[in-house]
Amino acid sequence: MAELLQYLFSGLTSGAIYALAGLGFAIIYNSSHVINFAQGEFIMIGGMATATLNAAGMPLPLAIMAAMAVTMLVGVMLAKFAIEPARDADVVTIIIITIGASIFLRGAAQVVWDKEFHALAAFSGEVPIKLGGATLMPQSLWVFGVSVVVIAALWWFFNRTLFGKAMLATSFNRLAAQLMGIGVKKVLLVSFALSALLGAVGGIVVTPITFTNYEAGIMLGLKGFSAAVLGGLGNGMGAVVGGLIVGIAEALASGYLSSAYKDAIAFIIILFVLFFMPNGLFGKKGVDRV
Amino acid sequence: MLLEVTHLASHYGRIQALDDISLRVDEGELVALVGANGAGKTTLLRCLSGVQPLSGGRLFFDGVDITRMAPEKRVALGIAQVPEGRQVFGPLSVEDNLRLGAYLRRDRQIGDDLDRMYALFPVLFKKRELPAGTLSGGQQQMLAIARALMSRPRLLLLDEPSMGLAPLLVAEIFEVIAGLRGNGVTLFLVEQNAHAALALADRGYVLETGSVVMSDHGAALLADDRVKAAYLGL
Repeated sequence: MAELLQYLFSGLTSGAIYALAGLGFAIIYNSSHVINFAQGEFIMIGGMATATLNAAGMPLPLAIMAAMAVTMLVGVMLAKFAIEPARDADVVTIIIITIGASIFLRGAAQVVWDKEFHALAAFSGEVPIKLGGATLMPQSLWVFGVSVVVIAALWWFFNRTLFGKAMLATSFNRLAAQLMGIGVKKVLLVSFALSALLGAVGGIVVTPITFTNYEAGIMLGLKGFSAAVLGGLGNGMGAVVGGLIVGIAEALASGYLSSAYKDAIAFIIILFVLFFMPNGLFGKKGVDRV
Repeated sequence: MLLEVTHLASHYGRIQALDDISLRVDEGELVALVGANGAGKTTLLRCLSGVQPLSGGRLFFDGVDITRMAPEKRVALGIAQVPEGRQVFGPLSVEDNLRLGAYLRRDRQIGDDLDRMYALFPVLFKKRELPAGTLSGGQQQMLAIARALMSRPRLLLLDEPSMGLAPLLVAEIFEVIAGLRGNGVTLFLVEQNAHAALALADRGYVLETGSVVMSDHGAALLADDRVKAAYLGL
């Protein structure tokens, strides 16, 4: 029992990060029908920038703010200089552009930083909390707490603010949105900025647990993608539920089977979803253009 | 002159959809544009709203050259469109659809205008919290018109408002349009239902395969033998 609880704690921790990444996929998918494979790089940049700035002597809160700002800037520049100029191209072409961008960002990270792993001290100590025979690191609570706050803030933004609704409207009907005077270019930029912010936040809170390096975004991004696919692409709630399922499944598999299978789980889930339920758990019925 | 179109041309790839279109709409007028399916009526309205590129010619709105202006700036100047096929935001509530119609407005009278729309279309008030996609075709058309009016347009472009509606609803929609005209909104009405549109219009243009082939007062066009033969089935 204590064992199971332990696996659940660890699954929920990584699941929360996958949920944030999955939401990033969903937001960009909704505004442009593009799957942004550079989403993982946002996670990496957030973690790397915080770790290196903090190591260079900047106080943690300041380093976090700076890292979030840098990541959002990268996201906006990606939209402005790589996605927007290709807006008349095929969606598949733009998806390939995002793959190229992710390779570029990994290369840039090696140049700006290095190839080493970087650590970040836990935000509030390393004394484990004993709970029902299992132990929970305080940083895991940070991961849950921050994820819950971020998800609630996003919900509020999309359901209670006019600009959030305008972004949703653009995803439902781009032409009508333009006729209402909604600037669809701005919607694209904001969606990249938001997704970058989500990635950065995930990367920052998880770095004290996992460390980070220039490649850390690849796996996290792919698992966020499987979370988004499992939940139904473009569905925010789906991405959150999908992220938690992927995280827990992965923790259970590595606990009860073998930790060698940990990373395989996310891909088995993607294949399963694509074969048997291409719309995901909460996705819209019907075929989508890609 | 509120709207002036001079020598407008537009292409879809290599196919020319509009060729040398010149027309004008004066303040307070109701001008109808009639023509068969595929004549280019919808393309012309999309050019006016800035969502379809021009390949020639110029557009002026109230004396301002809007030829290269972004769609959102045209809305801000006062050009609103009720697009073909209604195009409501299906998953969003009726009220959210209306509020998005006022997306660019920052004044404090949005709530009053919302009430006016509900008074104009009481069925929208009854269904204000439901997703717009659950409305019937006629109700969606009313929502699309109300949504466009929420921007307080000076010029309202209507693209086939009667399309796909039952005859009783068609009459209701045209009544609404006649009422708008009474309230001083300038209207540019695109219709396949040439009889109803020309009967209501001050002036009309006839579009054929991308060119304006006739223009006259609405009543004169209605009485014209060629129009009768081609569009009124008489």
